[in-house]
Amino acid sequence: MKYVDDFRRGDVAWALAQSIHAEIQPGRRYRLMEFCGGHTHAIARYGLTSLLPDSIELIHGPGCPVCVLPIGRIDSAIALVKEHAVTLCTYGDVLRVPASGGVSLFHARAEGADVRMVYSVTDALELARREPEREVAFFGLGFETTTPPTAVALLAARDEGLRNFSVYCNHVLTPPAMNHLLQDGVDLLDGFIGPSHVSTVIGAAPYRAVAARYRKPIVIAGFEPIDVLQAVYMLVRQINEGRAEVQNQFTRAVTEQGNLRAQDYMAQTLQRRDSFEWRGLGSVPSSALAIRPEFADWDAERRYDMHTSAVADSAACACGDILRGLKKPSDCKVFGTACTPTTPIGACMVSSEGACAAYHQYGRFLRKMPSKPVTAMETA
Amino acid sequence: MKPSRINGRPLDLRNGRIDLTHGAGGSATAQLIAELFAPHFDRGDNVWLRQGNDQAILPPMNGRLAFSTDCHVVTPLFFPGGDIGTLAVNGTVNDLAMGGAQPLYLSAGFILEEGLPLGDLLRITQSMAEAAVTAGVRVVAGDTKVVERGKADGLFITTAGVGVVPDGVELDGARARSGDAVIVSGHLGDHGMAILSQREALVFDSPIKSDCAALNGLVAHMLEHCRSLRLLRDPTRGGLANTLNELCRQSGVGMSISEAALPVRPAVRAACEFFGLDPLYLANEGKLVAVCAAEDAVALVQTMRSHPLGRDAAVIGEVCTDDHAFVRMTTPFGGERLLDWLHGEMLPRIC
Repeated sequence: MKYVDDFRRGDVAWALAQSIHAEIQPGRRYRLMEFCGGHTHAIARYGLTSLLPDSIELIHGPGCPVCVLPIGRIDSAIALVKEHAVTLCTYGDVLRVPASGGVSLFHARAEGADVRMVYSVTDALELARREPEREVAFFGLGFETTTPPTAVALLAARDEGLRNFSVYCNHVLTPPAMNHLLQDGVDLLDGFIGPSHVSTVIGAAPYRAVAARYRKPIVIAGFEPIDVLQAVYMLVRQINEGRAEVQNQFTRAVTEQGNLRAQDYMAQTLQRRDSFEWRGLGSVPSSALAIRPEFADWDAERRYDMHTSAVADSAACACGDILRGLKKPSDCKVFGTACTPTTPIGACMVSSEGACAAYHQYGRFLRKMPSKPVTAMETA
Repeated sequence: MKPSRINGRPLDLRNGRIDLTHGAGGSATAQLIAELFAPHFDRGDNVWLRQGNDQAILPPMNGRLAFSTDCHVVTPLFFPGGDIGTLAVNGTVNDLAMGGAQPLYLSAGFILEEGLPLGDLLRITQSMAEAAVTAGVRVVAGDTKVVERGKADGLFITTAGVGVVPDGVELDGARARSGDAVIVSGHLGDHGMAILSQREALVFDSPIKSDCAALNGLVAHMLEHCRSLRLLRDPTRGGLANTLNELCRQSGVGMSISEAALPVRPAVRAACEFFGLDPLYLANEGKLVAVCAAEDAVALVQTMRSHPLGRDAAVIGEVCTDDHAFVRMTTPFGGERLLDWLHGEMLPRIC
């Protein structure tokens, strides 16, 4: 824990905040989007906004795996488990996402569907090995962080000839989504705090085209509060100096080329879809992965002839605008009233990485945070 | 004269398993009680259990009665620091103790799943008997049912208990007042993380043990020394965060907690980091939250620290006025944030 604590020190944060204040140019606005939900969570948990000048606006991006999953894909998963007597394994957060009619996988489970929470795809693989008569499907989702394990599971299933295992692939890609956001509203953003864990896999290189094309700086940052503040400082300096570079603040984990072996596993098993529906963003070209035809036997969509239809979000919910950074959670009419973490209407309220859940959990009704530096961090 | 054995052969405690006859109320049920439960719950001085009636008739008790019940389901049944048996006894003992009661008598109801190894049931019964001795309570009544394989997770145990509240002791979750001090008795999240670390899907080497313990001794010690004790609550399911929110709602107050003051073991913190969990929402089974007048807080913490179960006691914050009954937490980072209720299940994050 010593290692992590160094990145949560109040005195360092205070000094960094002072440097950011000193760097700010009067009359200028800095609209920075943190793409990842992990950053949103850190910003809310540590109250980072209260340390920053008012001219810096942090916009919460769509980088929360369950938040961007469209309702139709969850409907399909519920149909799969109900109609085909399949055991569906997935990550915990997904279970609570409300799909059509407010029904979630948790509800399906209460009605008798065999839905299980796993911590890793290897748990699903292990279940399939242990119980060969059981059809096990893994609901794979997430950005490039969670994709390599899914790829490894597909390779293992093929190598072992594991016939009762399949993957419902919903993995999505970060750079195309950033590209899409800028294409849609290049004037709404001045820079990105780039993904943390995603970048450990894909490296810094894939962001260069985005930064160059739209003339926006991107600083890849770790998920700790000091990381975020340092990235903000680096972005402010780039904006002031008119630069639009990809910089890597998270050098302790991210390299230029990323994890080449992980990339190889993904390339062997997965290929880009022509387009994919994102909740809030709509259809985004080349932004998601499907299972390669060579692995068709392990592709749940093919094996069970799954079809997904587009389903509109609840009209009351502003998730779409929030995911694009057009609105804050508190701008949504149902935030904290009809929509709470216990009774979520939109997906942003479900995952702790979702902007609404983070706002709700850490910040609702708080007075302006005191920004006094405190040094001690050790709690035990 | 000792009656002869109910069945021809004694229970096979090494290789035997629970079957449906053990719950049918006939000779197999009687044998299970006589050979497995009774020898452990009656070590020669439990006259109430030995009465052998449908009820235990207890002697008159001097004072107000406290009465509580607690159901126990846990996977796995055995975990570092305890098992479902120790939990079942200490759970009810602690619920009584949080009202300032001296716990006296327990009942125990067992729902056993067909196929449960008798050896496991024996171990659990022994744990319960030992926990009862440690807590100074007697198990005076019980019941056993057997359900078909697949209809229970090994076994479920329900305990109920009674105790006596001494005159002058008035503990109540509604008594927290603005300005009072909030105290915890020790490290948070040990039980929850010990269980998580043993779950099938989450096997990792962990030195973390459950804190499962009977708190009535600590409570008696605190009551002896602190006259301004307002309330006690054990932060079990939902952890400290939920307990503080419950108390705020009950008392119609808010609380301001200092994150830096919260005792959390480095191993628990590290495991929480790893899984994206928060130790303040993890269950505790041997810790309590106390609220007392601010001027008595330092002395109370010292008193608690002189007891083995309160060695790491600490003042963690204070009670304040708040229309929303919110628990606020100042972070070591210099910010303030909400410490919210647990919403739904505690689920690990994906990314």
